[in-house]
Amino acid sequence: MASESHGWTERTPDSPEDDLERDLHTEHQILNMGPSHPATHGTVKFLIELDGETIIDLDVQVGYLHRGFEKECESGSWYQAIPYTDRLNYNSAILCNVGYCMAVEKLLELETPERCQWLRVLASELSRLGDHLTRCGAACLELQAMTPFLYGIEARELCWDLQEALCGARVTSNYVRIGGVRHDMQPSFPALFRANVEKMRALLEDFEKVVTQNRIFVDRLKGTGIISKEDCLRYAVTGPILRSVGVPLDMRKDEPYLVYDQVDFDVPIGEVGDNYDRYLVCVEEMHQSLRISEQCVAKLERLGSGPVDVDDPRVRWPAKGRVFNRMEELIQQFKSVTEGPLVPEGEAYTAIESANGELGFYVVSDGGAVPVKVRCRPPSFLNIAPLPLLVRGSMLPDLIPTFDFLNMIGGECDR
Amino acid sequence: MQDHGSPLLRKLLDAHGPAVADTHARLGDATAVVDRERLVEVMRFLRDTPELDFEMLTDLTAVDYQSPDLGDEPRFQVVYHLYSVSRNHRLRIKVRVPESSPQVASLVELWASANWMEREVWDMYGIGFDGHPDLRRILLYDGFEGHPLRKDYPKERRQPLVGPNN
Repeated sequence: MASESHGWTERTPDSPEDDLERDLHTEHQILNMGPSHPATHGTVKFLIELDGETIIDLDVQVGYLHRGFEKECESGSWYQAIPYTDRLNYNSAILCNVGYCMAVEKLLELETPERCQWLRVLASELSRLGDHLTRCGAACLELQAMTPFLYGIEARELCWDLQEALCGARVTSNYVRIGGVRHDMQPSFPALFRANVEKMRALLEDFEKVVTQNRIFVDRLKGTGIISKEDCLRYAVTGPILRSVGVPLDMRKDEPYLVYDQVDFDVPIGEVGDNYDRYLVCVEEMHQSLRISEQCVAKLERLGSGPVDVDDPRVRWPAKGRVFNRMEELIQQFKSVTEGPLVPEGEAYTAIESANGELGFYVVSDGGAVPVKVRCRPPSFLNIAPLPLLVRGSMLPDLIPTFDFLNMIGGECDR
Repeated sequence: MQDHGSPLLRKLLDAHGPAVADTHARLGDATAVVDRERLVEVMRFLRDTPELDFEMLTDLTAVDYQSPDLGDEPRFQVVYHLYSVSRNHRLRIKVRVPESSPQVASLVELWASANWMEREVWDMYGIGFDGHPDLRRILLYDGFEGHPLRKDYPKERRQPLVGPNN
């Protein structure tokens, strides 16, 4: 993102006004921040070593939301893990559903129907939009700006209304199934979608008018929380943070999954890798998400009705009429309900682009109905690890926007 | 050893053939099982060879294969997923780790992302990483007994609450 000149002096550590304060050192003190702090939207504890208000060092302590995701997955059937994936990143639950189901489908070597793939892309982009709105809105709130937060949350409500119309639930949607999705979209969905997209565009425009060129906001974000490209790669940081340093890595483009190779969208990148670049990347990604979802709805209307589930008895229940009247289907239904699908022996890793970066699932099966291993590669966990690098030597208040734009989601980080 | 048509495995086998115990490329995921003793050497090769360029260690985890018919096979596997941003390719490296000496060399020197992920594997599986600068529990608390992702850790087991009020 080109950094335009705004006509005011940039804050640099070497400006002459700082000379007077340079040698004023205080006794170092240790500050505990969190695990439940009003200025961080995530359950995490920082142990901060301070010299006055300057951060000398920082220890990030995660794990407060650990619920044993992997252990739970290893003790139920392959299907029973799907609702748990909703609760990883609760801001964009559908993306976690999609990632997990694609990993299991890879083991089963299933090809999902075209209509299902478009629905998944549509749901993913709505999910990503909701996530970015929360990130940008909450960041404003934590920088004491209430109004843009309300614009962002209103837009998220409209986005969640669309998710509700599509999935039947707003937050933990439990929408995606192994080999398909729960429902096709209702005939009334496209009209609601167009109405809400128009309102969301207007709200986004208002949001940007209030925030993007706002002196206070720009001063707090420009030049804070800078990370270099090398550090991003060393720490396996992905998503908007990696793109903000100018690396156009996006799984939707680099390893196209579902039908992302058939939609038209751009991948925004930054230059400096500071919080302001991350903000600009996120805002542009919201516009791109709207653009992709519009293409999906148009395509789904053109496609007309069709199956949204793969026709494979290993993962789908037989039709009710056949279950009631035929022996084979009755047995099959009984097995599907009591045991769940048997997944062939093997291991598979899939990566999708979630709102925070590369969301990977590594699944291992021994051929049975219970997973041997379901590993979630959480982008939040890896993105938050280099936080000490980003804030060392900066002021304590700079920790807040930096943490906000790293967007650690406790449920996903701690699993 | 076969390369299964994968140029990445071919390069790895040409340079470090004796260190590779097994390979496969099932479901499109090129995979090599590497000797535990030569892990760091192989990983350094994968990171620093210009045509391979694995700048990123995207994922690191372990799998517990405990079962009655495991026989003499090592119980654990530590699994590394590498990704090259510049060349857009992936490789999976696995290391077999016996229950009797659950130790692997740390890769923190090669990739900083290994730091937290190795701490997580230590926390969850009790596999130690030699040379790790700060091998503490990460998701669970000090004083937690056992390593919960081991298959012999019962899911129902309760542990006492810790903290100043307990």
